[in-house]
Amino acid sequence: MLRAQNVSKRYVGRSSDVLALDSVELEIAKGDFVSIVGPSGSGKSTLLLTLGGLIRPSGGKVYVDGQSIYELPRGELAALRLNTIGFVFQTFNLVPYLTALENVQVPLYLRGTSRTQQKERAAQLLRKVGLEDRLDHKPAELSVGQQQRVALARSMANNPRIVLADEPTGNVDPELADEMLDRLSDMHREGVTVVIVTHDPRIAARAASQLRLVAGRIV
Amino acid sequence: MNTFLLVLKELRERKSQLLTSFLAIVLGITVIVAVETITHFSEKAVAQELDNLGANVLILPKGATVNNYYTADFGEYVMPESYVDDITTSQLQGVDNLSPKLTEAITLRGQRVYLTGILPTEEFKAKPAWQAPGGIFARPQGCGTVVPGRLARALGGSGQGSAATNAAPRPVVDALGASQVLVGSDVAERLGLEVAGTLHIQGQAFAIQSVLPETGTVDDTRIFAHLHVVQELFHRDRVVNAIEMIGCCQEISKGLIDGLNRLLPEARVVTIKQIAQTQLSTNTMMKRFSLIFLVIILLVGAVSIANYMFANVYERRREIGTLLALGATRRQISIIFLLKSLMLGVAGGAVGYVAGMVLAVALGPRIAHVAVLPLPGLAGWAIALAVVVSIVASALPVSRAAQTDPAEILRDA
Repeated sequence: MLRAQNVSKRYVGRSSDVLALDSVELEIAKGDFVSIVGPSGSGKSTLLLTLGGLIRPSGGKVYVDGQSIYELPRGELAALRLNTIGFVFQTFNLVPYLTALENVQVPLYLRGTSRTQQKERAAQLLRKVGLEDRLDHKPAELSVGQQQRVALARSMANNPRIVLADEPTGNVDPELADEMLDRLSDMHREGVTVVIVTHDPRIAARAASQLRLVAGRIV
Repeated sequence: MNTFLLVLKELRERKSQLLTSFLAIVLGITVIVAVETITHFSEKAVAQELDNLGANVLILPKGATVNNYYTADFGEYVMPESYVDDITTSQLQGVDNLSPKLTEAITLRGQRVYLTGILPTEEFKAKPAWQAPGGIFARPQGCGTVVPGRLARALGGSGQGSAATNAAPRPVVDALGASQVLVGSDVAERLGLEVAGTLHIQGQAFAIQSVLPETGTVDDTRIFAHLHVVQELFHRDRVVNAIEMIGCCQEISKGLIDGLNRLLPEARVVTIKQIAQTQLSTNTMMKRFSLIFLVIILLVGAVSIANYMFANVYERRREIGTLLALGATRRQISIIFLLKSLMLGVAGGAVGYVAGMVLAVALGPRIAHVAVLPLPGLAGWAIALAVVVSIVASALPVSRAAQTDPAEILRDA
């Protein structure tokens, strides 16, 4: 499903270069639930975004369903993100001027789904995460936990086969972190491949398998 | 959700930031519309005033020069009077008035003077200076068309007029009797001629119908009789040696002269440069002035919009990164920002047009001393201009938005 082959990423700065990923090899099977752990600055987020088609590696290849994604034209790579991958960010990255319903509609709008279908699907997903009474609230009017659930609902809008979560529990208290993991586990049970990045061993332990990243290398 | 709603919601969310760049485009368009509107009416007023100075195009026989015209010494240079018909029945635009003339030197009371045959109606129309205080000659209204009915009547010497002729606002002395002459002020003074006196020319008696007001031109030194009478007196059958023409100045610059040259290859068409150039240069000066004004204002508006769009793109870089991560293409990101720019231009142009018109109607009479009416045709122009400025000014910020590297933003998040 997801495969990194000898992936390296070097950030070239003015005074120094940083090797964020160093010859990473990994393979994540379809329907797997994997956590990537490691200390701060170990390259976890870079690896996740590279797997998600957002960071072009300096070397090596990333495959999704056997397709080398960075060899795809830009438009097709965007379509892959739209249709196959769902992202959850640490700070949720909700669009501040849109309501919860509209935020969940965004991936559907980008896909060209009709407005009626967008609303139906978004409302259904928000009901699923228990936010049926917050459809018309903007992010600023929602609690952190509620924002987290909107972000999860958004990541599921286009029925992705892969969900990549970057420190999804980094901004919430332990109770909300557990709730988030419960929902990611639910997705996993529904057949979605889930990859989460975390620095918290307790959270990592909830995944079916763990990868440890240190100084850009899987150990 | 669609792109329009997304942009609209974002615009509503950040109203205060939007306000300054919106005001910049509105103010820019307001000033441009006001200046253009006032200039339009001012130009019309100036053109009308300049037209009143008289003919600005001369049609002379081949070989004759402007000097021949001013000295009235045409020798044997003549051309058919039918050229007037040729012009009247042609499709040429911008011909306001035609005054065919035949000038002959005569000796009166021992002095050499010039007798000029004219078609009275056309001559009076072209010579507002001949309109004495109180207006014995009226100048018919309108620019750009000769009135064939009037000309035919003048050519035929009949008194029957068309409805258009009769619609003149003040009474026109539209016929100069076969035995009547008009005397220029200078000639009248030199020869001691007075109204109701009698003159003998080539053995024929003429009553002095009027002594013309002083004009400061060659007309002061001439005696005027009906063209056909002069032609008969000097056995010049249906010929003239000059046709004075008033052409609308814009049309002169748009090829009226070329059209006349093509129509009358055997004649010489001369622009009376001094007059035509004054008209053209006045209009050109006003146009240049408003153009400079327009460019400066547009630049200010464009800089303000570009500044706003840069700030907006910077402020929304996380949103852009998120949209890209969610699967948006760079083209979709560009469209979101370009649509915003388009909406800003359309709204700014429309509001600016209305404000500009109000300003022009209110200020026109005070600053340009002309009555100003709204010009609906400017609305589309104003909106199109605002849209173009807004989109051009946004091009760079939009390109920057589309080139946003989502990883850089999301990694830092």
